[in-house]
Amino acid sequence: MRTATEAWGRGRRLARWSVGFLAAGLLATPAALAADPVGVAYLERRIERPNPLNNEDPVPADEGLKGAELGLRDSNATGRFVGLSLTLASRVVEPGGDIRAALAELLAGKDRPRFVVVNAPAADLLALADAPEAKDLVLLNAGATDTALRDVECRKRVLHVIPSRAMLTDALVQLLVFKRWTRILLVSGPDKADGLYADSLKRSARKFGARVVAETKFDARGADLRDSALREFALATRGPEHDVVAVADEAGEFGTNLVYNTESPRPVVGTQGLSPAAWGRAVEAWAAAQLQQRFRKLAGRTMGPVDWAGWMAVHAVGEAAVKLKSADPAAIAKLMLDPAFEVGGFKGRALSFRAWNGQLRQPLYLLWPGAVVGTAPVEGFLHRATELDTLGLDRPESACKAFGG
Amino acid sequence: MTRGLPALAALMALLGAVPARAAEIYVTNERDNTVSVIDTGTYAVTRTFPVGRRPRGVVFSKDGTRLFVCASDSDSVQVIDPDSGKLLADLPSGEDPEQFALAPDGRTLFIANENNATTTVVDVDSKHVKAQIDVGIEPEGMAVSPDGRIAVTTSETTNMVHWIDVATLTAIDATQVDQRPRHAEFSKDGKTLWVSSEIGGTVAVIDVATRKVEKTISFEIKGVASDRIQPVGISLTDDGRLAFVALGPSDRVAVVDARTFEVKSYILVGRRVWHIAITPEQDRLVTTNGVSGDVTVIDVPSLKAIKTVKVGRFPWGAAIRPAPARGEAAAGK
Repeated sequence: MRTATEAWGRGRRLARWSVGFLAAGLLATPAALAADPVGVAYLERRIERPNPLNNEDPVPADEGLKGAELGLRDSNATGRFVGLSLTLASRVVEPGGDIRAALAELLAGKDRPRFVVVNAPAADLLALADAPEAKDLVLLNAGATDTALRDVECRKRVLHVIPSRAMLTDALVQLLVFKRWTRILLVSGPDKADGLYADSLKRSARKFGARVVAETKFDARGADLRDSALREFALATRGPEHDVVAVADEAGEFGTNLVYNTESPRPVVGTQGLSPAAWGRAVEAWAAAQLQQRFRKLAGRTMGPVDWAGWMAVHAVGEAAVKLKSADPAAIAKLMLDPAFEVGGFKGRALSFRAWNGQLRQPLYLLWPGAVVGTAPVEGFLHRATELDTLGLDRPESACKAFGG
Repeated sequence: MTRGLPALAALMALLGAVPARAAEIYVTNERDNTVSVIDTGTYAVTRTFPVGRRPRGVVFSKDGTRLFVCASDSDSVQVIDPDSGKLLADLPSGEDPEQFALAPDGRTLFIANENNATTTVVDVDSKHVKAQIDVGIEPEGMAVSPDGRIAVTTSETTNMVHWIDVATLTAIDATQVDQRPRHAEFSKDGKTLWVSSEIGGTVAVIDVATRKVEKTISFEIKGVASDRIQPVGISLTDDGRLAFVALGPSDRVAVVDARTFEVKSYILVGRRVWHIAITPEQDRLVTTNGVSGDVTVIDVPSLKAIKTVKVGRFPWGAAIRPAPARGEAAAGK
């Protein structure tokens, strides 16, 4: 047998020198503690996306699901110390498929899940929340950024792990105001989502004292941007003096090509260029690097915002169970909805769900593909309760009544 | 005139005592991959030497002749000659070693492996891995009880203190604490264990006999948002009177009465304070300030910051060794 020293070389991984172990002590879980598993489900509606324009990697088919799977692994690694475990069942529905039928299948399964991570458009989320079979479920929204779901369209027992558009555009405008780049020329695409993003950006500008100096629409359909970008974008971005060009193009039909193609030499911000997001490849601080590595090991790719939301949703259920040392879904649900419930999310602060609309309060990142430019809440934006509540709908701004507010 | 003489003699004796008394502080610079050495006589950086990638935890052998450095990104614990800065050996450490603790036997090193949820136990003399123990996700803090019978590691994502029986090298129990426990420190009498929770914003004082949290200390600083108060490093004075807690991005060190657990005051230091160390004479406390890239020196009797020493980028860990007596130092060179 070789000695550990001989086998060991700088930079070598543990597996290369697994020699000379006396004991690999695993903590035995006392049998008396072992409870029934806590059932968690993951439900997704696939959406049609435009073909990539610039040979980008497509949105991964398992975005969100892989995050939830990592959340399950992490929760079980913790749960075993207190005799708790989680299980995860998943269904992915094609565009046009019946999402309520998929929910029914999940509920009929083993460990009847009471916590359902939903990665689907707002209409699906509402249909699920209003379905009679969902009345004792907690739905964890990991995909829909619609601010209305945190406002007039909020539902009791729907928690939003993914940030709202209001939070995203607030984060962006905070950075712009911090840098005194407050004159915004806005270009938005033709989709409904683009309009919502543009409206949200305008609301954020009013909130923090920035100004949309001009607004134009741009429809990339019918033109081949590869040929026409140089001229078309110059026309579209001609306008009064501005500091940045903001783009609202959620599906990614033209925004990437707008960067460096503006009439004036101005940065592009918004859905492309410098973008606000819950998570991204460049996020590294607050031990995020460890989560990124665990994710890469599991999924073989980088972790996106929806992956993070999937991870966070399962992690929050696991944390609540461990805190209670209980697998009782009713107790777990109650704790998660308790304003005092705090959970970590590799963002440097304790995260919690807003008592008035169920939104997870969280720091957001301002990213370009290469780096993290800043983190919001940006320094100097103050709030009487927590600076995190400078992002998105604050209690007086939200019309949500479902949470008793 | 004659009355002045004894005073002068006393002064000279004092001055003479300074160099003999001076200790050395070794600070790991996470971003520069170096260690800065600060002389406590002058509080100036006297040397800087290169080490492995992303150095974090740092500790001395009992006799002060060997420096152990966790080179996290090199996946090794380096054994370094502190006088020359030369690498003596790489210890097998497991993946991504972050912090470690040397047992009172002077040769058993417990290493927290952040990336693969284990604690690696290494015999530093033979360089053999004695065990790898499964613990919670992202183990970070590591401590061994003064009697050498219990080792603990804190897992940052699992939020637990894992108790390891040193005789059998098995995990025997786990105690839940607040979010993201980062550092563990036994009291000198071994009766209590102090654990900081970075995101929870608290320090748990745990009774070692029952392994139950006896007291949870929270912090409040006027004008600082509560979620910027993030406890990390902890140091306890030898006399058991005081505890110092580094509070991360609040840029402060809390002074806690270690008997009543009452927070007495907060001392403003550099930006994002990570870890702290007390001199052997118990008269000075030093803090590593990650964002401002410096070390703050605090006078313990008056509890005031008295000096800032610029070191490398992202200083993280600090270890102090008493300077050798002059004869020894000369013999060593």
